[in-house]
Amino acid sequence: MALKDHTNKPLEYQTLQSQMNILGFWIFIGAEIVLFGTLFAIYGVLGNRYAGGPTPQDIFVIRDVVIQTLLLLTSSFTVGIVIWAMRNNNLKTLIFWQIITLLLGIGFLVMEINEFIHYVNAGATLQTSAFLSSMYALLGMHGAHVTLGIGWGTGLIFQLLKRGITRETATKTHIFSLYWHFLDVVWIFVFTFVYLGGLV
Amino acid sequence: MTEKRKFPISHIVSYLLSVGLTILAVFFALGTNLERGTIMTIIGSFAVIQAGMQLFMFMNMTEGRDGWMKVTHTIYAIAMAVIFVIGTYYVMTAGHPIM
Repeated sequence: MALKDHTNKPLEYQTLQSQMNILGFWIFIGAEIVLFGTLFAIYGVLGNRYAGGPTPQDIFVIRDVVIQTLLLLTSSFTVGIVIWAMRNNNLKTLIFWQIITLLLGIGFLVMEINEFIHYVNAGATLQTSAFLSSMYALLGMHGAHVTLGIGWGTGLIFQLLKRGITRETATKTHIFSLYWHFLDVVWIFVFTFVYLGGLV
Repeated sequence: MTEKRKFPISHIVSYLLSVGLTILAVFFALGTNLERGTIMTIIGSFAVIQAGMQLFMFMNMTEGRDGWMKVTHTIYAIAMAVIFVIGTYYVMTAGHPIM
């Protein structure tokens, strides 16, 4: 269902269906904001209840967290390049930067998993204290989203290779980029309030 | 689409600003001796600025025919989150012990 007055718009806005899909995804993001908000609220209340266990100063390694932040921040920038390439109808550039984005995401995830292993080895487990339970819930929820995003972004590459840049695949790529940017938004707050807040 | 779009300079600027704000936040949190409340206010504002840049510069929240709808709905969701995060924190810490 193409709208004639929209044919000069980017590919992903040319049909009413695409516009609705994108709007629908923004409504989903609204729900995600509330979901992460609840986890931040829990952490805000319980984050200083150590129950005699490790404190943030004992376990957080700021250098690793800064690297994680830069990886995710850069991947949010590269997924912007993906959209730019898509709007120039350049499939090869699109795929290249999509792969870079996902590699940065995988790098982030590997570091986060290593970080969790380091915490558990230091005696900081999910059951140790309210601080750690709420921290793992918040970080784990974010990490699960990144994991899902990597699977989603990989599937998208296969579809783009098979079908090229069409109205449908352009809409899907645009929606994926929204999701990925949103994960970076959440991480900015995790970095600020969990890590830096815990170390101040 | 024959005409090539130039890569938006605003993206590069936002990216560099985000990296700068991240490093500045680390400096304020770990490199200064200000009061905790002051530091949290400063680095909290940095986070809000960065999130705003993501939403408006990278996610192009205002584009499309229903751009205003996305903005309204997203601001509503953010307002809800702010109300119950601050509300929960206030209720659970306002002058009474919860041990």
